[in-house]
Amino acid sequence: MNKGFIFLILVLTALIAFLAIGLKLNPRDVPSPLIGKPAPEFSGKTLIGDKTFSKQDLLGQVSLLNVWATWCPSCRAEHDVLMAIAKTGIVKIYGVDWKDKPDAAKDWLEKLGNPYVMSVDDQSGDIGIDFGVYGAPETYIIDQQGDIVHKHTGPITWSDWQKKLLPKIKELQAKTTDKL
Amino acid sequence: MQKYLILIFLVFCNGLSAGPIDALQFDNPAQEKRYFDLIEELRCLKCQNSNIAGSNADLAKDLRAKVYDMIVNKNMSNDEIKDWMLARYGDFVLYEPPVKPSTYLLWGLPLILGIIGLMILLTKLKAAKTKPELEINPEQQKQIEEALK
Repeated sequence: MNKGFIFLILVLTALIAFLAIGLKLNPRDVPSPLIGKPAPEFSGKTLIGDKTFSKQDLLGQVSLLNVWATWCPSCRAEHDVLMAIAKTGIVKIYGVDWKDKPDAAKDWLEKLGNPYVMSVDDQSGDIGIDFGVYGAPETYIIDQQGDIVHKHTGPITWSDWQKKLLPKIKELQAKTTDKL
Repeated sequence: MQKYLILIFLVFCNGLSAGPIDALQFDNPAQEKRYFDLIEELRCLKCQNSNIAGSNADLAKDLRAKVYDMIVNKNMSNDEIKDWMLARYGDFVLYEPPVKPSTYLLWGLPLILGIIGLMILLTKLKAAKTKPELEINPEQQKQIEEALK
């Protein structure tokens, strides 16, 4: 048991500790600078019904803003989870149809079901850029004041919903009742 | 000697990046230079190992268009453009992250590790120098001479 051996053990332990933490992280995950800040102002046409959907419509409630597109396979994968979330009625889901073809998007929703209160047509991708979107799907939890509280990159699994999103949403919704 | 100088010069000539070509009009050469400099400093968050100059991703295309717009139409300075990107995408969008408390370790660690490595090297070298000479008594010396005959 000489000094060199002990040093080696220490180095290995440190390495294992770093790997234990690091390997669980997703290297492609870019933290959003918008967390805790007001959601960007936006306004656009809805996919269906030709109305206007702007940030105003989100205020006064906790909401999920989901960035999706028909060309995105992960969006297809999370769609059923979104439908299930919408069915619980716990939180309203709003959509940003990102860099997509509105006609294809409308067909998609008709065929698969529409979990969104409304979706804004973001063909240009400008709304996405303001939100710092770099891939689809991405989902934001927005609070009653219109601030972004959480960003989830990648598809939402039911486990993500139960373990990560639902607790935060419940916490925020409790704040409304506190104020009453 | 000249050949080596030319070789070294060529090695440093890799500012030529083969990226997608957008046909763009600028008001003056200064704007053009700013555009090309900026798009090499901004990371494409879709293909995270490439700048938006060298990436064919849709996001890169859109961001190049935004940079062009901000330079030519909105008259924003380089710092303003970088701040705009930082506000939306965070520190990772710049190839040179800002130096602030959360990035001190990122900037400083290579230097610190380099210094530690150098110290270890110097310690090892000193130890090697002060290693005692092997002592050979006359009897052993005789045996060695016999063996070497």
